[in-house]
Amino acid sequence: MPAVSKGDGMRGLAVFISDIRNCKSKEAEVKRINKELANIRSKFKGDKALDGYSKKKYVCKLLFIFLLGHDIDFGHMEAVNLLSSNKYTEKQIGYLFISVLVNSNSELIRLINNAIKNDLASRNPTFMNLALHCIANVGSREMAEAFASDIPRILVAGDTMDSVKQSAALCLLRLNRTSPDLVPMGEWTARVVHLLNDQHLGVVTAATSLITTLAQKSPDDFKTSVSLAVARLSRIVTSASIDLQDYTYYFVAAPWLSVKLLRLLQCYPPPEDASLRSRLTECLETILNKAQEPPKSKKVQHSNAKNAVLFEAIALIIHHDSEPNLLVRACNQLGQFLQHRETNLRYLALESMCTLASSEFSHEAVKTHIETVISALKTERDVSVRQRAVDLLYAMCDRSNSKQIVAEMLSYLETADYSIREEIVLKVAILAEKYAVDYTWYVDTILNLIRIAGDYVSEEVWYRVIQIVINRDDVQGYAAKTVFEALQAPACHENLVKVGGYILGEFGNLIAGDPRSSPLVQFNLLHSKFHLCSVPTRALLLSAYIKFINLFPEVKGTIQDVLRSDSQLRNADVELQQRAVEYLRLSCIASTDILATVLEEMPPFPERESSILAKLKKKKGSSKLPDMDDSRKNVNGNTEFVCKNNGVIYENQLLQIGLKSEYRQNLGRMYVFYGNKTSTQFQSFSTSVSTALQLNVQEKPVDPLIEAGAQVQQILNIECVSDFSDTPVLNIQFRYGGTLQNIAVKLPVMLNKFFQPTEMMSQDFFQRWKQLGAPQQEVQKIFKAKNQMDTDVTKAKLLGFGVALLDGVDPNPANFVGAGIIHTKTTQVGCLLRLEPNAQAQMYRLTLRTSKESVSQRLCELLSEQF
Amino acid sequence: MRFLLLFSRQGRLRLQKWYTAISEREKKKIIREMTTMVLARQPRTCNFIQWKDLKIVYKRYASLYFCLGVEHEENELLALEIIHRYVELLDKYFGNVCELDIIFNFEKAYFILDEFLMGGEIQETSKQIVNRAIESSDMLQETMEEYMSKPAF
Repeated sequence: MPAVSKGDGMRGLAVFISDIRNCKSKEAEVKRINKELANIRSKFKGDKALDGYSKKKYVCKLLFIFLLGHDIDFGHMEAVNLLSSNKYTEKQIGYLFISVLVNSNSELIRLINNAIKNDLASRNPTFMNLALHCIANVGSREMAEAFASDIPRILVAGDTMDSVKQSAALCLLRLNRTSPDLVPMGEWTARVVHLLNDQHLGVVTAATSLITTLAQKSPDDFKTSVSLAVARLSRIVTSASIDLQDYTYYFVAAPWLSVKLLRLLQCYPPPEDASLRSRLTECLETILNKAQEPPKSKKVQHSNAKNAVLFEAIALIIHHDSEPNLLVRACNQLGQFLQHRETNLRYLALESMCTLASSEFSHEAVKTHIETVISALKTERDVSVRQRAVDLLYAMCDRSNSKQIVAEMLSYLETADYSIREEIVLKVAILAEKYAVDYTWYVDTILNLIRIAGDYVSEEVWYRVIQIVINRDDVQGYAAKTVFEALQAPACHENLVKVGGYILGEFGNLIAGDPRSSPLVQFNLLHSKFHLCSVPTRALLLSAYIKFINLFPEVKGTIQDVLRSDSQLRNADVELQQRAVEYLRLSCIASTDILATVLEEMPPFPERESSILAKLKKKKGSSKLPDMDDSRKNVNGNTEFVCKNNGVIYENQLLQIGLKSEYRQNLGRMYVFYGNKTSTQFQSFSTSVSTALQLNVQEKPVDPLIEAGAQVQQILNIECVSDFSDTPVLNIQFRYGGTLQNIAVKLPVMLNKFFQPTEMMSQDFFQRWKQLGAPQQEVQKIFKAKNQMDTDVTKAKLLGFGVALLDGVDPNPANFVGAGIIHTKTTQVGCLLRLEPNAQAQMYRLTLRTSKESVSQRLCELLSEQF
Repeated sequence: MRFLLLFSRQGRLRLQKWYTAISEREKKKIIREMTTMVLARQPRTCNFIQWKDLKIVYKRYASLYFCLGVEHEENELLALEIIHRYVELLDKYFGNVCELDIIFNFEKAYFILDEFLMGGEIQETSKQIVNRAIESSDMLQETMEEYMSKPAF
């Protein structure tokens, strides 16, 4: 016999349940259920009207069957009938049934709403509670429409019983969540806030829940609740344990109410009123102090309740982010928890610290715990705790500890759970990019990532490393060398082959001088992996091969033989076959010039929001993530663009501007790319260029509408009329979300852009040099080297500047000599330059001789900033 | 709170309470995922799991697992105490509650739950008041004699 200690056990129901439990198989169970369903159906259809008790019993049986997992398609009418019974138990079962089996039949809904209306008006608190419960459980739109205006009235009416007030408050809360537009708060706001002062703590608890949700939607309306909440909280926190009687839970004073009040306060910034603020601070300090006191009970319930309040208080301190003293104390408290015996507390401490790490006041304090977190990563048995440790390391990472943290995350990755590997890979990639001062470290880190967890390195990650290598001249050689060495490993991951293939294809020439990585060696290395790779990788490798043909004519024959082989030309995959055929043909018929143009080095990538960050946000859903706000932005440093023509010239949170330019004699063409980084469109986008008279800039029209995430292009035609020294300014105006944005960016159009390099023999050079000997024609400058003095880098810069480098002219091989002609519409100005580096003193001497004083001045100015 | 589930160690569902409107198919899917996830947990691991955009708080009492799905902002330790409070109430009502009590008196288990949780929020935190409410609704019910004289089908 089942245990029926009191009240209304329905005997028939108990027997039925017993029968079901005794069924030996699923078929037997289904058989028994069907028998019962037939029985109930006939009883419901029968001539005799059923008495209340039987109806209740059968409805309850139907409910049981439904909860077992079978579908029920009748019984609603009978359940609704039960609602109008006067017997409490029958009503209760009726309400339970319709709350669980929600039916959208409009006739039924009308009847249900009617019954609820009657119960609400009945003045019987038990019946009212049942009705309110039903509304809260179902929360359908029809119910909201019918009752949303009645419930606030019940809530604030003076003669409503406390228990009904509680139900009304929470019912209103539920309706507000599902149909916020139907719940009119306006006139009730003040009275609802007043409930915070109610004597009955249960009412206060329910009211606090309600106000918290409402305040999130319209904080201004409920501002007055802040002072009441602080007052209440402080009374609870300072109360003796006997004061609150039954609201004390295992010696902790009203933990639920305290936590709710603290959550309500998190909807608002710290109070402006000084006395209120100090009262709140006192409160929080008391809570923090209590944590240090010895526990009043050994039971885990006591510590859970106490710590629940403590964690919520810390969450409030973090949210306010205004009292450094409190923040540091919170951080220390969490630090203590990091090494607590209880796993739960360690887990929560790690989680809380993540948010603390982003506050500037406590960021340093959080960093002091780095060793504890790292050891947690290594020793915790619970994978979810280890995951929180990874999150915290990610959050506390900054320039000072980035190398250490990335190294730890990489070593953790080797043994990490497969389910979290992808996330860790993304995080390491983001950190490596964000904090790379030296991009060689970045390249090493990504290659390590591929080596350790290649399968989990998504496309976004290796696309990014390639983008960065292409955009940064200084790391291309290193990348080529490192990737070459990494490929030597006998078993390397396919992603590494992809990255290696691309980078060697673009930059293999940078390491081709060394016999160990000669073109033929590079090709053989890549080709040795060819047959082990999937189709997309092979396609990439074929492209690398044709790039090799362009870069290294000496291996053309070898590669052509490979392309010519049957396994390529008759490959089953269409893409591979097409590439092999086309590349082979291209290599045969194209002249070196055409080949060089087709296979020119990739231009820098214009950047949108890092796709890696977007992928991580998608994975983590709504959780908090540090922003890439201080990520690398090419701000208006025009000095960067003196010797190069492509790149990003401006970036802020909304817009990114990149450009690509080419010049011929005195004409230039600039392609400006505007990228919308936001998720809202830009409207009325327009630009205008203001420039000195000596320069003509003609803008082609630009699209006035830029969609979210899209990029548009504008062409500027430039003509140099005569020499100039001021750079033109691009003014941009657009409408973003209602506000007008105005941005002014300097366009990197400098005199040296109109340089044409001129080769000449040394006698000619010296002759010209003597001819330009007049004092105003020469400008000389001695300056300190800002960057490292590297011959290759200097050469590259001079070539980028636009002159031809003349070898064997200067008797001192360490010096650089260049010559070129500046083309303007009116004249052409011949220019000679000499750059003398002094490595010991880390200084340079630069001499410019041209036929026009202003040109000499300007060119010297521009060039001296580059070193 | 989004949902509350009770299931046995064999994965049989004993109680399910949903605080948001979702389809039956969704419910079944969530039940399956919860039972697999929670039953797979090792002993002495923490009671919280991150799942999609929710936090799952679970605790085992004897042969039953109590599993709550709460929103991100909710306090995990208090959620554990909500479970404990519910167990205390059941214990007081049934006297040394066991799984069988909940199976055979499932509707009572729902009624008790409804007395102290509503719309996903805790309604009444005073144990005495909740107990009194449950007892008084019992008073409105019939006596043992009346029960024994009822038909057994």
